[in-house]
Amino acid sequence: MLELSQVSKRYGDNHALKSVDLAVAVGETVVLIGPSGCGKSTLLRLIVGLLRPDSGTVTFEGQVLTAASLLKTRRRMGYVIQEGGLFPHLTVRGNVSVMARHLQRDAAWIETRLADLAGLVRLPATLMDRYPAELSGGQRQRVSLMRALMLDPDLLLLDEPLGALDPMIRYQLQQELKAIFDELGKTVVMVTHDIAEAAHFGQRLVLMREGQIVQSGSLKALAENPAEPFVEAFITAQLEPMSRLNAVLG
Amino acid sequence: MSRAGWKVILFMAVCGLVFERPAAAATHTAQLGGTRVVWNALLSGEIDAYPEYTGTLLQEILASEGLSTVDELSVALSSRGIGMTASLGFNNTYAIGMRSEQADRLGVKAISDLRGHPHLVFGFGNEFMDRADGWPGLQRHYRLPQTDVRGLDHDLAYRGLEAGTLDAIDLYSTDAEIAYYDLRALQDDLGFFPEYDAVVLYRLDLAERAPPVVASFHELAGRIDAATMSTLNARVKLAGESESAVAAGFLEQSPGLQIEPGTDTAGQRWWQRLWQRTAEHLALVAISLSAAILFAIPLGILAARRERVAHVVLAAAGILQTIPSLAMFVFLIPLLGIGGPPAVVALFLYSLLPIIRNTYAGLKDIPAPIIESAVALGLPPNARLRVVELPLAIRSILAGIKTSAVINVGTATLGALIGAGGYGQPILTGIRLDDMGLILQGAVPAALLALLVQGLFEAIERTLLPRGLRLQTNALGATD
Repeated sequence: MLELSQVSKRYGDNHALKSVDLAVAVGETVVLIGPSGCGKSTLLRLIVGLLRPDSGTVTFEGQVLTAASLLKTRRRMGYVIQEGGLFPHLTVRGNVSVMARHLQRDAAWIETRLADLAGLVRLPATLMDRYPAELSGGQRQRVSLMRALMLDPDLLLLDEPLGALDPMIRYQLQQELKAIFDELGKTVVMVTHDIAEAAHFGQRLVLMREGQIVQSGSLKALAENPAEPFVEAFITAQLEPMSRLNAVLG
Repeated sequence: MSRAGWKVILFMAVCGLVFERPAAAATHTAQLGGTRVVWNALLSGEIDAYPEYTGTLLQEILASEGLSTVDELSVALSSRGIGMTASLGFNNTYAIGMRSEQADRLGVKAISDLRGHPHLVFGFGNEFMDRADGWPGLQRHYRLPQTDVRGLDHDLAYRGLEAGTLDAIDLYSTDAEIAYYDLRALQDDLGFFPEYDAVVLYRLDLAERAPPVVASFHELAGRIDAATMSTLNARVKLAGESESAVAAGFLEQSPGLQIEPGTDTAGQRWWQRLWQRTAEHLALVAISLSAAILFAIPLGILAARRERVAHVVLAAAGILQTIPSLAMFVFLIPLLGIGGPPAVVALFLYSLLPIIRNTYAGLKDIPAPIIESAVALGLPPNARLRVVELPLAIRSILAGIKTSAVINVGTATLGALIGAGGYGQPILTGIRLDDMGLILQGAVPAALLALLVQGLFEAIERTLLPRGLRLQTNALGATD
């Protein structure tokens, strides 16, 4: 469904991605993880076409992405970013339906779809005419997810979708989001820096460092057979606070 | 009365002549700034006739021809298709004037006496400052040592002299103020100033189109002596009579002059005048501002899309903004003549920069995540602009339009310099006649109009600004 082949991207002298290969199968949930600046967000932005690779190709549903084909393929992808990226001058309804209205979809179809999606992400119908400034952070992310799902995309791309939320809301949304993914059965590529979140969502974790993929597999595989000391160090660094917490609580 | 003022009076007289024959279909444009402007207007056929001085023609306008006599001048003029009457009867030459009391105290009687007082402050009319027969020539001729020499409006110079901030100014020998302010015209002991005989210049083709009009110009020759001119000047300047009334009175009381004075705005009621000026002013502002909005917003959008275009467009609009308004008007006169069109074009050009810059800045200031979300949704560039970018930049764009509108209303008062009318008309006349009431008749409505225009755009902003933007500027802050 999605294949990156020898993809490189640099910003000036800084190699953001170095010859990355990655394949994502239909229905798979892949989580890109790694320290800040490892290139995981860049990878996602290359897939949605916000960036163009310096070399290598991105193939989506058997078609190599080009500047010309991007406009169409983007409509088969949903993209959610950390702080939602909602249009502040449009209501919830306006934000979610903006693309459908541009494509002149039937008004009745749009209303039905809006109601279905609001049910799916558990957004109260009373909020449909609110502006983003009138919503909480968690509600904004629900709206952003509705917008991404509006045209029923084949691929869902999420860049730290829960990164800006406080831990309680974040935990709750993690549970709900996972349920939604399971229900929709969509192909998902998600970026996070939190290994617990990655393990919660991902059948497959892709650990990155300095623009390259270090290791790919389940958390268990990564922990038991680290490809290099960095993998072990990265997992330990994130698990250590948990074990300290457990020790205190006895 | 300044030389320009005399021109106005005589122009009224000339208009009286012209209006006598409706077939001549003359319009008169009273407030034309600067000799060159009027001369060029005559050459291009914008106007058919105006009064001029032989000295100005010989020393300034045709200085490069090296003419010395009036006969040579006449020939040089006719080769340009311009006719000239004989002297109207007075020589209104330049003079240097001081307060009599100060001149006595310093013992200054003639211009050469000024050499002994290098610290005196001079204030000269802007034309006198630059003309070959003005200050530069005078300074060389008399080897004058003064360095504190300021250029200013001739009518303001009298007040500077009276207030003591200036010690000497340029005068015209028929000025009414000489007696009024108790001034001394210093003796031109080394014979620098040339003769300034008043004549009427007219286009030779006017003699074919309206022979009686040209005949009437020639009838004026020798009719106005220096004493008569001084008296007429004093009636306008000191007694506050209107120029047209004085000119009409003069024409009526001159036996043998079969000239009917033209109608003039002086005959209108104040509210009719105000209405006419408001209409003129609004037309200048409305046309130039609408054109600027239609032109500047697309340019601002283009600049926001293409960084290279942005450099060129913003720099060009910035340079336009630095051109002084009077210079801009003078640049435009050869292309567009005088009156409304060059004023509208100048105002249009001045209105561009704030709108372009605010459109550009408004689009550039949209947070990157919002733009990227629109791109990632698959909205094509034009839809993105219409649905997302312009609504988010609207506040900035409207602020730019508001700035342009207020500047435009103020700058439009200068349109009167080139005969475009509007609120600048009474302001200019008021400055010339030292009449604060007249100045306020233009300045107060102009200020009110500026406030009104600002209020109008604020109302438009309230209507156009999306409610989501009014709620909270930073809708991106994700807090629960």
